[in-house]
Amino acid sequence: MTVLQWMSLLLVAAAAPGVVLSRDPKSQVVALSFYGILCALMFFIFQAPDVALSQITIGAVMLPLMILLALTKMRRHNLRQQRKEQK
Amino acid sequence: MSARTRTSVFLIAAAALACIFVDGLLDLPPLGDYRGPYGYVVTQVAVYERHATDIVNAINYDYRAFDTLGEEFILFASVVGVFLLFRPEEKSKKANHKGDDADFDGERLPVSDALRVSTEAIMGVMIVFGVYIATHGQLTPGGGFQGGVVLATTPILVYLAGDAMSFERITDSRLVKIAECAGAAGYGVIGICALLFGAHFLTNVVPLGTTGDLFSSGTIAIISATVGLEVTGGFVQLTRIVLREIVEQQLRGKS
Repeated sequence: MTVLQWMSLLLVAAAAPGVVLSRDPKSQVVALSFYGILCALMFFIFQAPDVALSQITIGAVMLPLMILLALTKMRRHNLRQQRKEQK
Repeated sequence: MSARTRTSVFLIAAAALACIFVDGLLDLPPLGDYRGPYGYVVTQVAVYERHATDIVNAINYDYRAFDTLGEEFILFASVVGVFLLFRPEEKSKKANHKGDDADFDGERLPVSDALRVSTEAIMGVMIVFGVYIATHGQLTPGGGFQGGVVLATTPILVYLAGDAMSFERITDSRLVKIAECAGAAGYGVIGICALLFGAHFLTNVVPLGTTGDLFSSGTIAIISATVGLEVTGGFVQLTRIVLREIVEQQLRGKS
């Protein structure tokens, strides 16, 4: 394995605990997106550009986006519930 | 169960899992050690047989097109599932707590000029790039799936730029629904067309053209385009379903 391949593997390994250890969902989504880009970079370095493209679009864009949208929806739901209780 | 017993149970289980994991890692073949014959065969013959230079897509949309058909319908089914899950709740909300919506009117943050200008500048590039990726699947890495996702992010950019009205207009248009359904159905129709020529389902019966041309590789390019339509439509619908309530409120607040 070349130095570049080792470096990409180490980066992915270093970023993965970052995703797990960030407790706030919002910052976790950003970490997840960053981790997705690192994974894509790793796939690219290991000569799988097709997989890298899918990984960028799904892992770094769509998955974080869907989680963010779900978080928004949950937050609004909670706010609504709270206001109803106050009334 | 106290926290301490829970930790000890976890540690025992984690140690056992680690042993199995390390054992598995030790037996892994070295990097690039590929034993099956099919990979070598396909890289040798795909360009001559299918006139497609991206062999990954030649496999995806031709050699194993039937599997990809199933994968595409997974996405289609999940979009339909989200539709079903979100619909009744929203209807009842509209009927019951119309007054509640006023609570959220003040919470929208103003869009900064930097965000608006940069999203507006990048939008055209994204559309061209998405179409390029979706239509050049047979030549370069990419294909309908990736291109479709890139295209589906553009309405979100419109929304981020603060233009809720345009977002509503783009995502609510009948064109999106037609794109999704036509994309999903088109894949099957292409497969059935092969039957009319007396070939098996999803056989590549269209003339293959010159290797390296945009209109080459027969059904690979066509299927890639239909998948692009389906994925674009599907993801745009997904974002609309989730964002609909918020967007409608913003529009009501404005008027």
